Amino acid sequence: MPELIAEVERLSLLIEIGGMPVRVNTTDPGFLAMLQDRYAGYVGASQEARPEVEFDVDLIAPANSDPDADVRVSHRSGRWSMQRGDFLAEWEPASRRGWIRQSANPYSIDAVLRIVHTLVLARQGGFLLHSASAIRHGKAFLFAGVSGAGKTTISRLAPPDATLLTDEISYVRKDVGAHGHGYVAFGTPFTGELARLGENVSAPVAALYLLRHGSENRIEPVPAGEAARSLLANVLFFAEDEPLVQATFQAAFDFVSQVPVYRLTFLPDSRVWELIG
Amino acid sequence: MSRLFVARNPRVAARSLDGEMMIMSGRDSTLFTLNRTATILWQAADGRTPLDEIVQSRICSEFDVDPAEALQDAETLARELAGHEILQLSEQPIAPSSTPPTAAGDPR
Repeated sequence: MPELIAEVERLSLLIEIGGMPVRVNTTDPGFLAMLQDRYAGYVGASQEARPEVEFDVDLIAPANSDPDADVRVSHRSGRWSMQRGDFLAEWEPASRRGWIRQSANPYSIDAVLRIVHTLVLARQGGFLLHSASAIRHGKAFLFAGVSGAGKTTISRLAPPDATLLTDEISYVRKDVGAHGHGYVAFGTPFTGELARLGENVSAPVAALYLLRHGSENRIEPVPAGEAARSLLANVLFFAEDEPLVQATFQAAFDFVSQVPVYRLTFLPDSRVWELIG
Repeated sequence: MSRLFVARNPRVAARSLDGEMMIMSGRDSTLFTLNRTATILWQAADGRTPLDEIVQSRICSEFDVDPAEALQDAETLARELAGHEILQLSEQPIAPSSTPPTAAGDPR
């Protein structure tokens, strides 16, 4: 008599953004291929590395849901719950395990990854920031601003000797390396209008520029209070959780006390990069 | 006439930068920047010192204002800050919380 129960093969992928490995398990080869393509350059070299988080993805049929709906993130009994119209997910930090219920699309898991990274970074004094970022001459520069402020433009104008980390969402964590102070920016696969994945490299953060379109290229220092307010306005934050709000608030102030913040008014031409680096 | 006591809400995050006091609500992440008077009130709000004493010793000494008018303004301000859950108000002294107001919390 033939075996009635077939063992389903579990497929796995390690996605490493900001040096933090997240393992994603699925039973769907097509979804795995989609993720490999989506996170090309961020797939961990060592599939044996111990992940910070491991998600089992439960694929469901697509539904008429709104991916632009508000994200809800809450913490209860040691578990984070994350949900939007197009996904539902849970993560238990103590066991490092979680699950995601979504249809086979790259956008839902992308949102989950962003949320998880903000939660992990917050407890480490880092954050994800609405900003483009690039490395030039061994230093990272961040260009923050709301939609339309010029993140895509400044990225598009970057000279050949600049390495683009992202045109949309920067990854910033405290430097715990040899220097032990300051901040490091990492490349991310989180793209904006440019739709080009950032390079998976990192460098110490040299400056944060607050972008503004203008009639000339000009750099001005920003007072600390305004810098902190502007930074906080651009930090990605999802959780309605007091300890995390406080940690993120403190992280923003620590950042502006260590990293120079400038207002960068610029014309949409490449000469602006003569002022950077 | 009852006295009013004010205490900093330990559930907010607060930092002073270049003399500017900024406070973020832990509940909804709203960011507040306090003016000079509100900053004095925030810093003096220890839960033990009555508001009228704070006005007398900290506000009237710094600004050239009528004490009765200053107290009325301070009460209005304190109630407004309490409405945003930045301050706690009571007609009794307020016991200090175990959570310091500027702590980074207990990130998990």
